[in-house]
Amino acid sequence: MLHYWQREIENLKKLILSLGAIVEEQIQRAMLSLERRDTALADEVIIRDREVDSLEILIEEECLKILALYQPVAKELRFVVAVLKMNNDLERMGDLASNIAKRARYLSRKEKIELLSDFIEISGKVQSMVKKSLDALVNTDVMLAKEVLAADDEVDRLTKQMLKRTVNAIEKNPDRTKEFFSIRSISKNLERIADSATNIAEDVVYLCSGEIIRHQSEDFNPEEQHER
Amino acid sequence: MAETENKSKVHVDKMDFYYGAVQALFNINMDIAEKKVTAFIGPSGCGKSTFLRTLNRMNDIIDGTRLEGKVMIDNSDIYSPMTDVVGLRKKIGMIFQKSNPFPKSIYDNIAYGPRIHGVKDKNKLMEIVESCLIKSALWDEVKDRLDTSAMGLSGGQQQRLCIARALAINPEIVLMDEPASALDPKSTLKIEDLINELKKDYTIIIVTHNMQQAGRVSDYTAFFYEGHLIEFGATGQIFTKPNQKQTEDYITGRFG
Repeated sequence: MLHYWQREIENLKKLILSLGAIVEEQIQRAMLSLERRDTALADEVIIRDREVDSLEILIEEECLKILALYQPVAKELRFVVAVLKMNNDLERMGDLASNIAKRARYLSRKEKIELLSDFIEISGKVQSMVKKSLDALVNTDVMLAKEVLAADDEVDRLTKQMLKRTVNAIEKNPDRTKEFFSIRSISKNLERIADSATNIAEDVVYLCSGEIIRHQSEDFNPEEQHER
Repeated sequence: MAETENKSKVHVDKMDFYYGAVQALFNINMDIAEKKVTAFIGPSGCGKSTFLRTLNRMNDIIDGTRLEGKVMIDNSDIYSPMTDVVGLRKKIGMIFQKSNPFPKSIYDNIAYGPRIHGVKDKNKLMEIVESCLIKSALWDEVKDRLDTSAMGLSGGQQQRLCIARALAINPEIVLMDEPASALDPKSTLKIEDLINELKKDYTIIIVTHNMQQAGRVSDYTAFFYEGHLIEFGATGQIFTKPNQKQTEDYITGRFG
């Protein structure tokens, strides 16, 4: 039998997973609205961000309540703390999806840009990272969380590549600079979603092992950091 | 007026209470929710136990006490001259700090109440004993020795036996005055789990000076200080963002 506070923790798990599911869908639909030039879909994504925001507040209140009322320890404490942090990241991902939808709405009203097809690869990778980070949470799967961490480098590489292409495109079509800035903004938003998925994966590792793995880059090179 | 969203089981209206010339409770107004756990917290002498005992007229037995205002249970005034006090106490079970089983067998402790209320049938009595021991999470530990003395049980078991005994008369409200303060952590956890189970069927009101316990077990918390009800609200709110400074000082241990 579960003790009464364990039921609260189970409930918290359900809440954070439902927030994750909504955010995953928001990202997917935002990218779809861009691909299909569907402004109605983009509007739906933008409006639904409010649902993400109110669920984030509810989850934060639940975490505070559990900390104040039950003083969880060990794995249960790590879980509540990890949820508090993931909650922030998921809300942020929701905002980024909503930003993408706003850009999609803008671009849908303009003449089609070829560069958009380049998003397919990066968007697929980012969405897979989001999905894996949430699956890692559901199954407390450290290996899967580590896959997410590895995938982030690839997303960074693709984002840099996309930047180069965007700059080239601006040089060729300076009259459409404003639209290319929207493209750049979408790719930046996708990269940030990947960063948040990475944070969630790091929190899953913390949750499972108690190990804090942030800021542990093996080949830390201050100059390289500077270049970024 | 302190209110809860749920259906009110107990309604207290402008209650003042006196021990002789000394006023112990001042203008208490409160609605206690049905089938929820309500905790009363506050420093020693704040009136929380006195208030608990006004709810089943336990203070009647103390000479010179006087109550003004109203205590309504299910919309009937329990201090009305028409009230049958025995009937009232049948409706309200009570558990005390120190477990107080009768010096009888485990079986007789629980069968005692139903017997004096007229249940004679042995099968019916056995049924009551079993169901109450199951509800109080004691059945598995004592089912093979129901005819042995209750005094041979551990402190935690004795307290759960007292809860079973209180349930045997099929009350609607269970009052608990520091039910776990004499128990070790493991027995305390059993009592707390039990309280959480019992609220499905009963309205539970618990006095505790262990604030963490109030946080853990209750849905609503009332903070008393010097005979006044300072704050009453959802436990989650009281423990994360109390409205009154005195409540905040008390729950953070900075009372002075």
